[in-house]
Amino acid sequence: MPATMPAFEAVGITKVYRMGEVEVHALRGVSLKIWDGEFVVILGPSGSGKSTLLNVLGGLDAPSGGVVRYREHDLAHPDERALTAYRREHVGFVFQFYNLVPSLTARENVALAAEIAPRPLPAEDALARVGLSHRMDHFPSQLSGGEQQRVAIARAIAKRPDVLLCDEPTGALDAATGRSVLEVLDQVNRELGTTVAVITHNASIADLADRVVRMADGLIARETRNERRASPAEISW
Amino acid sequence: MRTLSRKLGRELFRMRGQGMAIVALVACAVATFVSSVSTWRALQRTQDALYESHRFPHVFAELKRAPEALATRIAALPGVSVAETRVMSEVLLDVPGLPEPASALLRSVPDDGEPRLDRLHIREGRSVAPGKADEAVVSESFARANGLRPGDRISAVIGGRWKALQVVGVGGTPEQVFTVRAGGILNDDLHYGVLWMSRQSMAAALDLAGAFNSVAVRLAPGAPDAPVIAGLDRLLSPYGGRGAYGRELQTSHRLVTDEIAQMRVMATTVPVVILGVAVFLLSLVLSRLVATQRMQIGTLKALGYGNGAIGRHYAALALVLVVAGATVGAAAGYWMGDGLSAVYARYYRFPVILYEAEPAVALGGGLLAVAAALAAVSGAVRRSVRLAPAEAMRPEPPPTYRPTWVERIGLGRLLPPTGRMVLRDLGRRPLRAALSAVGIGAAVACTMVAAFMGDASWTLVDQEFGKVAREDVAVHFTQALTTGAVRELRALPGVLEAEAFRTAPATLESGQRTYRTAVLGLDPGARLHRVVDVLRGNVEVPRSGLVLSRTLAERLQVRPGDTVRLEFMEGARRAADVPVVGLVDDLVGVQAVMDREALNRTAGDGPLASGAFLGVDPASTDELNLHLRRMPKVAAVVLADATRRSVERMLEDSLLWFTSLLTFFSILIAVGVVYNGARLALAERERELATLRVIGFTQGEVWRISIGELCVQVLAGAPLGWLLGWGFVELTAAATASDLMRLPAVVTPANAAGATAVVVLAAAAVALWSRRWLGRLDLVSVLKAKE
Repeated sequence: MPATMPAFEAVGITKVYRMGEVEVHALRGVSLKIWDGEFVVILGPSGSGKSTLLNVLGGLDAPSGGVVRYREHDLAHPDERALTAYRREHVGFVFQFYNLVPSLTARENVALAAEIAPRPLPAEDALARVGLSHRMDHFPSQLSGGEQQRVAIARAIAKRPDVLLCDEPTGALDAATGRSVLEVLDQVNRELGTTVAVITHNASIADLADRVVRMADGLIARETRNERRASPAEISW
Repeated sequence: MRTLSRKLGRELFRMRGQGMAIVALVACAVATFVSSVSTWRALQRTQDALYESHRFPHVFAELKRAPEALATRIAALPGVSVAETRVMSEVLLDVPGLPEPASALLRSVPDDGEPRLDRLHIREGRSVAPGKADEAVVSESFARANGLRPGDRISAVIGGRWKALQVVGVGGTPEQVFTVRAGGILNDDLHYGVLWMSRQSMAAALDLAGAFNSVAVRLAPGAPDAPVIAGLDRLLSPYGGRGAYGRELQTSHRLVTDEIAQMRVMATTVPVVILGVAVFLLSLVLSRLVATQRMQIGTLKALGYGNGAIGRHYAALALVLVVAGATVGAAAGYWMGDGLSAVYARYYRFPVILYEAEPAVALGGGLLAVAAALAAVSGAVRRSVRLAPAEAMRPEPPPTYRPTWVERIGLGRLLPPTGRMVLRDLGRRPLRAALSAVGIGAAVACTMVAAFMGDASWTLVDQEFGKVAREDVAVHFTQALTTGAVRELRALPGVLEAEAFRTAPATLESGQRTYRTAVLGLDPGARLHRVVDVLRGNVEVPRSGLVLSRTLAERLQVRPGDTVRLEFMEGARRAADVPVVGLVDDLVGVQAVMDREALNRTAGDGPLASGAFLGVDPASTDELNLHLRRMPKVAAVVLADATRRSVERMLEDSLLWFTSLLTFFSILIAVGVVYNGARLALAERERELATLRVIGFTQGEVWRISIGELCVQVLAGAPLGWLLGWGFVELTAAATASDLMRLPAVVTPANAAGATAVVVLAAAAVALWSRRWLGRLDLVSVLKAKE
């Protein structure tokens, strides 16, 4: 379902880290477009640069060179304030280790994000979408890993973000639980029209996507388009 | 083990900020301990040494006049080792360059060699040459205040005649370590001093040839003073004896001894408070370290390191900080003690302060700190040892939270999620939160004590000079005279008012309890010099009966309505039972006051006055001074303003040092508590705060959440500090209360508000500073790895 204007446009972005005495070239000139409403899976082994790319797209990190923008937002020239506003208004993050606030209940974790968004989803609605209506008043320590990740997704979508960036969302989960999490992501993409980018080293997840971007060594190795998006129930690992 | 030591070194470097806060607090605690213990020991040692080397007597007695022959009978009293007779007199002085008349206690030096008791130490010049009638040694404080040096000339009214004297030396004796007018309490070095002269020439001028009017006794080793006092009273009563007394009633001895006792209190209380806060912070830091390093601990155990090695590793971390703090503190303590001793040396006139940097004191302070630290970190160390390797290597399960009672009663709804985060973090570690609040409270309390010392001292000065002694000048006669003498004073130029007073040295007795003092007689309706209660204000002295200071009543265990046996020590030495008719809460001295007429009647005297309080026209002061100097019956002229200035100078000197130090400590405590709290909050919640930043919270919003817990601790700590401060103030007032003066235990709202402001500002500065740390938060790496 590509639109005429890409939501994200990256041209020749590079990223060099200094790790002590060594320079690490995480991105060596990546060009990529992501369109509104797309479900993109970025595949690659660890060290391929996929996480760095996601961080740049999410405004957590600035590239060393190249051009990258989200609509009218310039993401290549970091301005702390502008990046914060960008994340606040447009981006939802989902992490491998959930990163929930342990002292807040599921509902409150979601409300935390909803509070700072201009047009949020009520926390209860967001939790209902991820199937956790019955666990809203539980603390993270009382939830399973899959439940915690679903709370994290609910927290991400409560802001009604334009884009959901997921870093190994199933990395810490078993297959069955992981599938339930992917179902939620798929559903968010289809029902809310949210652009979803998932990075993973798990190739079987690629079948869910509209488009699969394979990375290796800081470069995009190959881009493929799935003729048909598989449903999460169909995939296995 | 070498590698573990290296790990220790690197960890210390990584947490250097927190480490330094702890080192600073331990250093302050040890420094206060070392400086006050060293000073206290120095003063004690100096006092003991001076008393021994310069033969400070054990028993003293003053009398009207006794033949020298009586001396052998005194020396023969059982328990007496040495007895020495002397001649003393209160005299008026004329000092060049000093417009007002000064006065002095004139004391005799034997002509046949050094005094056998209460020997002079000469600071400058020499002692008086035997038989030289015009030579004098001047007490050090008086000489310093007036710039007198050997070779200078002063004159004195001795036996009613002016006599020119040459200053040949500056010095002092154990009896005059602290110089204060007999019966007085507040000193004025500019206008009152002590002079030593040849006994022969003094006796000639005072009509005391072959006689004495004062005697001092040193006791045989181990002999009690009571039988000697009784023996002296028996021997001297026919000669106008005013009652013998022991060291505990010798003014200088009492003041210095009180001060040494107060130093002991200071040496224990202040360091304990600071050390408590320091070891609390230490235990927090170490607990945190053990919690974050559980994986490392598990790995070390898997490698084969024993529990002992691991326990020692973490205990060593605490020890390094404490030993560093104690070392810095000991050095600073010796240095501060040296300075503090110098302050005391200025204030008291010891020939030399025997200050020593005793290693044992520092060692004691260090051991105290180490013991406290080990006790504080024992929990964390035990936890590190108790971890099973397999369990330790698994990541820690998410901390368990539950709704706090505030939410259970339904108030949680009023708070946003960020507010609830703060609330639940407090609820999860209530003890830690409470101790932090206590730390903040201790800081507030310390500042309050500092402010109280200032407030109370000025209140005392104000009370004494603004309400009690409102006269411009107090004139003391050489002996009690008829009221005609007062009329004469009233007729002098510049005198606007004159109120006669009578003082009669007496012993007050109730059952077994006795107290020696001078009963003061005031006229009804006196306006210049009054009896004033701190709370009730002016107290009228009834026509009969005694009004006592509450302190004195407690001493004697009497209440209004009881009677006290009054034994006069002068004149006919009458005794009478007098009812106590009132008590006053006063601040300076211990008073027994009567109506002057009633006092004269009870003493068996006619209408006598010992002197008068004068209200003076400031324009005619100089002329009045000239007249007063020419009146032979005047023994002393006390200028209220000069005394007040002198007391204020002394207070400013000592208070500045004390209050700055206490305020510095409290700021340090507040900064230490808040800094560590902020560091810890960041370390423990780095991941949480980074998540919030990623979600889109601004740096400011995240900062507010991170310091929320600290704000609550400071807010809770402040009122706690008021309570603690109030308690500390009461304790300080009680610990410093003596017969000589009592600081009113008053905490004003301004005091509490000021102390709170100091601590809150210090805390706010650190909290603002902590915002920088959030800027350095690496969002990507924090979120990547599971701790």
